[in-house]
Amino acid sequence: MNARVPNLSRRQFVIGSAATGAGLAIGLEFSFAMNAAQAAAPAAAAAAPEIGAWVVIRPDDTVSVRVVRSEMGQGTITGLAQLVAEELECDWSKVTYEYPTPGESVKRKRIWGDFSTGGSRGIRTSHEYVRKGGAAARMMLLQAAATQWGVPVSELSVQKSVVTHAASKRKTTYGKLAEVAAKLPVPTDIKLKDPKDWTIIGKPLKRLDTRDKVSGKQVYGIDLKLPGMLIAAIKQSPVFGGKVKSFDASKAAAMPGVKKVVQVGDNAVAVVASTFWQAKVAADTLVIEWDEGSHGKVSSAGIAKVLEEGLSAPQAFVGNQAGDIKSALSSAASKVEAVYAYPYQNHAPMEPMNATARYTADKCEVWVPTQDGEASFAATLAASGLPADKCEVYKINLGGGFGRRGAFQDYTTQAVLIAKQMPGTPVKLIWTREEDMTQGRYHPVMQCKLVGSFDADKNLTGIHMRLSGQSILAAVRPQIVEQEKGRDPNVFQGVIAGDGEHGFGYTMPNLLIDHAMRNPHVPPGFWRGVNINQNAIFFECFMDELAEAAGKDSVAFRRQFLGKHPRNLAVLNAVAERIQWDKPAAAGVFRGVAQMRAFGSFVAAACELSVKDGNKVKVHRIVAATDPGYAVNPAQIERQVSGSFVYGLSALFMQECTVKDGRIEQTNFDNYNSMRIAQMPKVETIIIQGGGPVWGGIGEPTICVAAPAVLNALYRATGKRLRSVPLKNHGFTLV
Amino acid sequence: MVRLNVNGKTHNVDVDPATPLLWVIREQLGLTGTKYGCGVAQCGACTVHMDGAALRSCVMPCAAATGKKINTIESLAKDGKLTKVQQAWIDHEVPQCGYCQTGMIMAVTALLKEKPKPTDADIDAAITNICRCGTFQEVRAAVHAAAKA
Repeated sequence: MNARVPNLSRRQFVIGSAATGAGLAIGLEFSFAMNAAQAAAPAAAAAAPEIGAWVVIRPDDTVSVRVVRSEMGQGTITGLAQLVAEELECDWSKVTYEYPTPGESVKRKRIWGDFSTGGSRGIRTSHEYVRKGGAAARMMLLQAAATQWGVPVSELSVQKSVVTHAASKRKTTYGKLAEVAAKLPVPTDIKLKDPKDWTIIGKPLKRLDTRDKVSGKQVYGIDLKLPGMLIAAIKQSPVFGGKVKSFDASKAAAMPGVKKVVQVGDNAVAVVASTFWQAKVAADTLVIEWDEGSHGKVSSAGIAKVLEEGLSAPQAFVGNQAGDIKSALSSAASKVEAVYAYPYQNHAPMEPMNATARYTADKCEVWVPTQDGEASFAATLAASGLPADKCEVYKINLGGGFGRRGAFQDYTTQAVLIAKQMPGTPVKLIWTREEDMTQGRYHPVMQCKLVGSFDADKNLTGIHMRLSGQSILAAVRPQIVEQEKGRDPNVFQGVIAGDGEHGFGYTMPNLLIDHAMRNPHVPPGFWRGVNINQNAIFFECFMDELAEAAGKDSVAFRRQFLGKHPRNLAVLNAVAERIQWDKPAAAGVFRGVAQMRAFGSFVAAACELSVKDGNKVKVHRIVAATDPGYAVNPAQIERQVSGSFVYGLSALFMQECTVKDGRIEQTNFDNYNSMRIAQMPKVETIIIQGGGPVWGGIGEPTICVAAPAVLNALYRATGKRLRSVPLKNHGFTLV
Repeated sequence: MVRLNVNGKTHNVDVDPATPLLWVIREQLGLTGTKYGCGVAQCGACTVHMDGAALRSCVMPCAAATGKKINTIESLAKDGKLTKVQQAWIDHEVPQCGYCQTGMIMAVTALLKEKPKPTDADIDAAITNICRCGTFQEVRAAVHAAAKA
C-alpha cells in the first residue's frame, strides 16, 4: 500500500485539520521522533513493526505506544499508554511511548486524531479510539499466531504479551508475531473490554517518564542542542498591538558572540549570538523605538471602568435562563447583591517560552515544547511560507504548559522568522522570564454582579448573575463567536444551561446568567481551568451569601437545589462527610465548601483554615472530591488535584497582572509570586467513579473549587466577604 | 578565562567573568540539568551546590565561583546509582513536568546534609523553590522518606 502524501496548501491544512476525523487504517512505516535526542537525529530511530496505527512492537517484546497528546506534567503519556495496553493485553513493564510528528499526521490523514493538549481532553476525548487501537493490534497479533499454528483464533489466549494455544501447549510472544501481524488488515469491528475486566486501567501505575526528571537527563526545549546552533534573545513590543518603528543595533551588533540582529515580524527585535547569555546582554542594549498604536495609555483602572459599565448594560448574551427572573426580582421581599472581580493572571510555567528552528528553502524544522503539535505545525507553515511536505515539527516534553503553549504559537512563529533570516543555521529562541511575564496570553479579566431574591419566608426565588468582561474565544477562536452570533459560550463554563460538560448543577426557580462582552487590548488565553476559575468564585461564594441571608447552612442550602443533579450532590456530600461538616471544627478553625461541574467531571472541595493576626491565613486542609466517570490512574489524579490547588491558591492569594501605559507591570516572580511548600495545605483527594458515557477531565476541573471554599471559610473566620482576587490586595497573606 | 571546578573536574572557560554561573554550567559546560527559571534567585530551578551548600546559580557571576567546588544534579548519581533523595523522588512519584525538580532535589540534598532528620518546619524554612505544577505534597513525603532511608 502506498502512503499518499497530500499536497495540502497551508490554508487547506489549517482549516481541514479541525474537520478531519480520526480512524484506524494501515499505513507504512515512518521513522518517529521518540524524544528530543532522537528528534535531533531522526534517522537514528530504527523502523520497527507497526501494528495498526497506535502500537509498535519490537522483537524483544517492547511495546511502544504512540501518544499524540503532549506531556507537560499531567501524566497523559502514562494514562494514554494504560488505555492502549489494557486492550492490547501486553506486559506493562515493557511499555514505552513515542510521539508521532505532526508532519507524519498530515501524511497519514490525521490517523492519530487531535494533537491538542488542553481543556483536560487528553484522555477524555481520545479514550475510545486509543483503546480501539490497542484492541485492533491485539486482534492482529492473535490472528498472526492463529495463522502460524493453523488453529482458530478462538482457541488462543493472551496475557502480558504471551499468546498461548492451550490444546497444543504452544506459546509465543508479541515480539515474535509483530512482523507478520503488521502486514494484516486492521480490523474495524472492535469490541472493547468491559470496565469490570480492566487490569491496567484504574491502577495507580508509576509514570513512564520519571527517571530522567530526577537525574537532569530529561531534555526540555530550552535544553536542546543541535550542531552549529545559535541562540536568540528577543525584545517584543511592551504595549500589546505595538510595532517596531525603528531600532538601533549598533552597540548590540558589536558585542561578543553576537552574529546578527534581526527584526522579527512587525513587533519584535532579536539578537542571535553564540550563547543565550551573550544574546540576552546584547538585547538589553538595543535601542528600539516603538509605535505603541492606540493602546499606549490603557490602565487597569480604565479597564475596570469599562467592565463596570457592562455590569448594568442593557445588552448581554444569555448563557442560562429559567422561569422569569424579572418578576422574581421585582416581587422580591428581600434581595442580596454583590459584585465580584477577577484579574489578569499569567501562566508562568517554570520553563520560559522557547522554540528552535532550522530553515532552508527546502525544509523548515522546528523543535518545540508545545501543547499542540498541529498548532505548532500550522505556525511553522505560515511563518516559513513552505508547504506541509517541507515542514516538520518535533515535539519536546514541556516544562509546564497550563494553556500558554497550545493555541498560542507566537514563540514558534518567531523562531521560524529568525531562522529564516539565517538559512541553514539552527536557532534556538529563548524568552527571558521578563518577556514571559509581559508577553503572556492572560487569564481574562471579569467582573460579576449577582442579585438574589427571596420571598417573605426567606425562600430563594431567583438569581441574576451578570458577567462583564473578556472573551477568550473572541480573540482566539472568533469563528465560534461568529457562529454563536457574537456570544462566547465558554464564558459560562460551569454555569451554562443543560447537562453538558460544564453544565450548571443547580435547579433554580428563576434564573438568568448573562454576559456583557468587554474586550480590552490585553490578549487573553486559556489558563488552567479557563473560565471556571472566576465562575466558581462568583457563584459559589454568592451561594454562601444567599445561604446566610436565608439563615441556612451552606451545605444544606446547596443540597436544596441539587436534587436533579445527583453527581454534583454526591461530590458535595463526599467532601462534607470527610471533613465532618455536621460536627464543629476545632477551636479557631473555619470551614468552607464549593462544588461545580467542569470538563465533564463533577468536583467539590471543603477546606479548613485559621487566621492569625487578622490577616495571616493558614489553610490546614482541603478535601477534594472528583468524579470523572472513570479514573484511569488514581495516583496521577491525586497529584493533579493537589497540584492544581497550588496553581489555584497562588492565583487567589498572590497573583495579578496589572496594566499601566498599555503594558503589563509584573516582570518576574519577585512581583508575581507563587506558593512555596510552607504554604501548602494537606490535600485529601476522594475519587468517585460514576461511570456513564462521559469520561471527564482531570487536569483542570478541581482547581476551581479550592478558591471559593477558602473564601467561604475566610468569611466565617473574619466576617469579611472578600470579593476580588488576589487577596494580597485586601492585606491577606497565605502562610 | 575563568577557572571553575564543576563536578570534580577543573575547567578553564573562555567567558565574560560577569556571566552568571548558571549559564556557564548550561552553555559552556553543556550541563543542562540545572535550569533557568527566573534569573533573579526567586524560583530555585538553578540550584547547585557550592562547597556542599545550596546556591542559586543564576545571580552569581561565574568568576566568584573560582576556587569553590561546584556540584550539579549530574554529579549526584554515581555509576547510574541514584542517591536516596533521587530514589525517594521516584518512589513517591514527585515530578510532574519535572522542570523545577532538579533544583528542588539539589536544595533537599543540601538540607539533608545539614539536617539529616528535618522536621516539617525545617523543610518549610529551607525549601523555598517554586513548583508551578504544585508537587509540594509529594516533595514533603519524599524528603521524610529520604531522611529515613
